[in-house]
Amino acid sequence: MNQHEELRDKGAQLARFGRRALAGFVIMLALLLVVAGRFVYLQVFEHAEYSTRAKANRVRLRHLPPPRGLIYDRDGRLLADNVPAFRLDVLPDKVEHMDRMLHRLSAIVPLTDDDIRRFKQSLKQHRSFEQVPLKFHLTESERDRFAIDQWQFPGVSVAPYLTRNYPYGAEFAHVIGYVGRIDEKELQRIDPDRYAGTTHIGKTGIEKQYENLLHGTPGYELVEVNANQRPLRVLQRVPAKPGKNLYLTIDERLQRAAIEAFDGQTGAAVVIDPRNGDVLAMVTVPSFDANLFVNGISQADYSALLENPEKPLLNRTMRGGYPPGSTVKPFIGLGGLELGLRKASDTVLSTGTYYIPGSSRGYRDDTRYGAGRVDLAQAITQSVNTYFYSLAYQMGIGRFDQWMSKFGFGSPTGIDLPDETGGVLPSPEWKRKTFNKPWYPGETVISGIGQGYWMVTPLQMAHALATLADGGVAHTPHLLAATSDGLKAPEVPYPQPPAVRIADDPADFAPVRQGMLGVVYDNKGTAFGLGKGFPYLIAGKTGTAERYSRTSDAYNTNKNLAYLATRHRAWFICYAPAEHPQIAIAVALEHGAWGGSAAAPIARKILDQWLADTPPSERPPLPVTADAQAAAAPAGRTP
Amino acid sequence: MNALVNGLRGRALRMGRRILSRPRIDLPLAIALLLLAAIGLTVLYSASDLDAGTVIGQAARFLIGAVLLLVVSRIPPSLLRAWTPWFYALGVLLLVVVQVLGEGQGASRWLDIGVVRFQPSELMKLAMPMMVAWYLHPRPLPPRWRDILALAFLLAVPVLLIVKQPDLGTALLVAASGVFVLFLAGLQWWKIGAMVAGLAASAPVAWHFMHDYQRERVLTFLHPENDPLGSGWHILQSMIAVGSGGLLGKGFNQGTQSKLEFLPEHTTDFIFAVLGEEFGLVGVLVLLTVYAVIVGRCLWIAANARDTWSRLVAGAFGLAFFVYVIVNGGMITGLLPVVGVPLPLVSYGGTSAITLLIGFGVVMSIHAHRKWTP
Repeated sequence: MNQHEELRDKGAQLARFGRRALAGFVIMLALLLVVAGRFVYLQVFEHAEYSTRAKANRVRLRHLPPPRGLIYDRDGRLLADNVPAFRLDVLPDKVEHMDRMLHRLSAIVPLTDDDIRRFKQSLKQHRSFEQVPLKFHLTESERDRFAIDQWQFPGVSVAPYLTRNYPYGAEFAHVIGYVGRIDEKELQRIDPDRYAGTTHIGKTGIEKQYENLLHGTPGYELVEVNANQRPLRVLQRVPAKPGKNLYLTIDERLQRAAIEAFDGQTGAAVVIDPRNGDVLAMVTVPSFDANLFVNGISQADYSALLENPEKPLLNRTMRGGYPPGSTVKPFIGLGGLELGLRKASDTVLSTGTYYIPGSSRGYRDDTRYGAGRVDLAQAITQSVNTYFYSLAYQMGIGRFDQWMSKFGFGSPTGIDLPDETGGVLPSPEWKRKTFNKPWYPGETVISGIGQGYWMVTPLQMAHALATLADGGVAHTPHLLAATSDGLKAPEVPYPQPPAVRIADDPADFAPVRQGMLGVVYDNKGTAFGLGKGFPYLIAGKTGTAERYSRTSDAYNTNKNLAYLATRHRAWFICYAPAEHPQIAIAVALEHGAWGGSAAAPIARKILDQWLADTPPSERPPLPVTADAQAAAAPAGRTP
Repeated sequence: MNALVNGLRGRALRMGRRILSRPRIDLPLAIALLLLAAIGLTVLYSASDLDAGTVIGQAARFLIGAVLLLVVSRIPPSLLRAWTPWFYALGVLLLVVVQVLGEGQGASRWLDIGVVRFQPSELMKLAMPMMVAWYLHPRPLPPRWRDILALAFLLAVPVLLIVKQPDLGTALLVAASGVFVLFLAGLQWWKIGAMVAGLAASAPVAWHFMHDYQRERVLTFLHPENDPLGSGWHILQSMIAVGSGGLLGKGFNQGTQSKLEFLPEHTTDFIFAVLGEEFGLVGVLVLLTVYAVIVGRCLWIAANARDTWSRLVAGAFGLAFFVYVIVNGGMITGLLPVVGVPLPLVSYGGTSAITLLIGFGVVMSIHAHRKWTP
């Protein structure tokens, strides 16, 4: 292309641009004229009409907050409902001296400093012609007293509303959680249209997790008002659409039985159906009354909860971390088989002390001179440390962690509750990151008996056990089973994440189960006698984790249970029926002396309740032999 | 090594001198913008219930915008053009950051940088035409199909990110600002038709990738009457405000619709209705005239620009600016569904005002450097 052509091309381009720019401008001007024409139409031709409507604009929009969805347990017991209550509302426009009014009002209806502080905060969030709630949940006498003196308080009125009520109080405080007043941070996050007129929002637990389902869609009313903005009549009304009702997997009877079984001891228990991951019970002891938080907890009540040394506000099931102790042995034993490091029949000699090859530091067995030669099942039954010390050492920390993390150790289980913690599955990388220290082989050895930095939540433990019980199929634990649009609407099952198979060879599970049956039925088992009178076989494992390392000889000599309880955390995990598992239980006691004696009886009580609740048609057939113990006894025997 | 440092320093000095030595702004455009800002602040003062804080806040943003306008106007278009891909990439990056950091529920459009809240999708309204023009600049015009394909990709990435926020209104405006460049570049009419058809056909695909709540918002956008709490009510109140204003209006601070809080969002999206109510048709026509002058001037500058990029950017920016006015005006008078489109330089809001003023800075730079051959 020569220069001449280039110039001509440029000229053509310029001309084309000019044409296009002009065309664009003309199109835009035409559109602008349409808009201007619309203004002319509204402001000149329709002016009279709209002028009248503006003067008569006495129609106010009033939001109707949706009733919150209800929460039921798996059998339809109501765990969270809405009950009518009354509150004091203030219309700031009508109040001349706010502080003076509040002062006079508090003589009639007691107002705490908390009430006034919250009220002043929400004053800022509302416009002056909007009602601002001052005090929730008036008592009957407060309401009567105010009714007499109402004329003295222009702008203050009593308004009915629905308040959240938890009939079971403390029983589900850590599962269902509670609702509370919407705070400033939440206000930033929520859609103001969807929350118009709503004062409460889910703060913890299921109430927070499924806020979107529970909340519903607000309705509205067009209300005609007089010149003073007083409502005269309702012109149009679109009712609010209530939130969805939730049906949980929780079994209230099992939950209550579990709480009663703890008998006030601090700890936690989680019960899962291993076939599908349904969480049947989730218990934290001690707990607190969720109703306290709904209408604003008083400072005194709150301090009492915070200062309680047993921390009732802590959800131990998924935020409490405990060293798992010997409960991890079945999982490690299975790993030895799956990784091909050992056969079930391979034996290890336990002499009372284990030494890493070429090292002089000893690691103890529980019995002084050891348990002799034991295979995998016997090692689980008698909880023989040496077997697992050597197995962990043989695996090495890399393979060990890889295997244990398949059971969910070290990461949150993904249960449908907010703020779950993942515990700690110690690894060289983790130790480097946390303490900036290298990993020692001895730490691999003690990992083999669930000691060291290892931390597990009771929920993780129950999930791992359920995975083991279901033959190595991991179902994400969950609480929400189904939703419905109302009592008459059908229940719609809530979709669950797909299950994951984590182990390869089904044959590997038999010796592990045999060892866990031995725990309960072999006279050398650490929870021997637990299955007495229970018609199905129970596969279990005890765990006793030391809270402190042994620094004095007192530990070896003082066998007083109360003393040991201050030093130990006790675990018991079990599933039943052993051949067709339907229930997996993990029990953790913060001050238990021994897993077998302190934690196992709690699990048994939960099993008894499960048996009582489950109709025979929903259980597997009873074992052929009447005495289940006799059937199981030969399993773990050694000559 | 020393030579390199000296060379770099010399280059920086030359560039700095060049930026500082050409303090030229386009007077007609500047006067029109000042007039617009004055009208905007006056209406805002009334709409905010005579709240000085709001007006001062907005004036401060105008001031920041004006400073940026002056700075940008002194940067030669060739440099602005060279920086365009980075500007575009920054915009896309910020949109991704908003996606990642945004709250799970509801709309995530804002980026909190300490004290300032910032809306990256506004930035895209300027970056998009600049980028499309940058791409077309060295290529033969009118654009060929393969160029259109490449541009469709450049267009789709930020637009889909904004749709995902979800902010369908802004997404459409950003897409439009890019399409205007193609239009000004002389794209054949039938190709424009084909593109519009293609865009319409891709809508179901986008629909497929959206969450339920996002679909709900799209449906509300298309059928405001299904959301009587929001849009339907707002439109009616807005029309009453405008209509009752009449020819001369009710006077400053006398509008009952906004004062009695019947009018929603009266400092932001619906501020035009406040102007209509208090200053009447006369006020409306004055404002529309100012807008028309600004856009006309932008196109005049575009026509006189020396290189393709400058021409396309100034022209497309002017047309896009006009569209904002038309969409907002159509919305408050009930011609168009409620979309979250502010009235440019009048509605309360920082990112929009500052971005627009930077855009005018680009236009002024193009004007000031029109005799400057690249």
